[in-house]
Amino acid sequence: MSDTTLEHKPGYRTYLLVYAALVILTVVTVTSASMDIGRIAIVIVLAIAGTKSVLVLLYFMHLRYERRLLVKLLVPIVVVTLAIFIGLTYTDILFR
Amino acid sequence: MSDHHGEATGSEDRGRIGMWLFICTEILLFGGLFLLYSVYRYKHPGDFHDASLDLSRFAGTLNTLVLITSSLTAALAVHELRVGRPGRARLFIGATLLFALTFLTVKGFEWGAKFEHGLYPNATYLLSLPPGQILYFGLYFTMTGLHAIHVIVGMGLFGYCLRAMRRGVVTAKRPILVENTTLFWHLVDVIWIFLFPLFYLIS
Repeated sequence: MSDTTLEHKPGYRTYLLVYAALVILTVVTVTSASMDIGRIAIVIVLAIAGTKSVLVLLYFMHLRYERRLLVKLLVPIVVVTLAIFIGLTYTDILFR
Repeated sequence: MSDHHGEATGSEDRGRIGMWLFICTEILLFGGLFLLYSVYRYKHPGDFHDASLDLSRFAGTLNTLVLITSSLTAALAVHELRVGRPGRARLFIGATLLFALTFLTVKGFEWGAKFEHGLYPNATYLLSLPPGQILYFGLYFTMTGLHAIHVIVGMGLFGYCLRAMRRGVVTAKRPILVENTTLFWHLVDVIWIFLFPLFYLIS
């Protein structure tokens, strides 16, 4: 029954590995923020937050095992839409 | 796609697609606020840095770990429900609720400490600070407040799930209510994953 919606069900092993990765990334982001590395810090912090989100979306929210193309595409579409909003806003802010 | 799928699967698919559409509107809602944050931070980098020093990094880190753990227990609850162990699933949902309550308690103490220091919307002391700091705290209360409302809604939904499971409405064959609630919960986690570094970790 459940095989019809999810190709393959992740189990305890997958969930605990993802959890461990999330905890480690949290520790890394807190440590890197307390080091004095200047303006690059925001890039590192955002890259780590992005990685953590992708992990949650793919494994906890099962997007990796999703069979419906529509559901798989929804989040990327929204992210691209947001990127356009942000890009257009900044063309205004930066060159006003 | 659905030619060999049964009727029940069709409705389950629709339920899941609907939830994802809702999640996308939520991403856009918070996305707009994040855009606002980034523009104000770009205009007032010094004020944002100074204001962020008033937040407790320890409390923020603690709450991040609490919320990540609650996401794990929520994911395990769905897993246990699907493999036909509803007792364990309810236990994991109970754990998720406890972590959610922990998160709100820590958040409550944080907000309380801010209030005591005269930092709340429209406070005389806050309004005497530089404009960038006023904007920072305005965004801080709006965004963490909106997030906290989502946490409370999530707790209500999980409570509803427990009731539905006790009544046998949600079973291994009809897990969609618990699955969608858990999807919502993970979204709350994802939003916090961005809120935490942007407000607490400005170096």
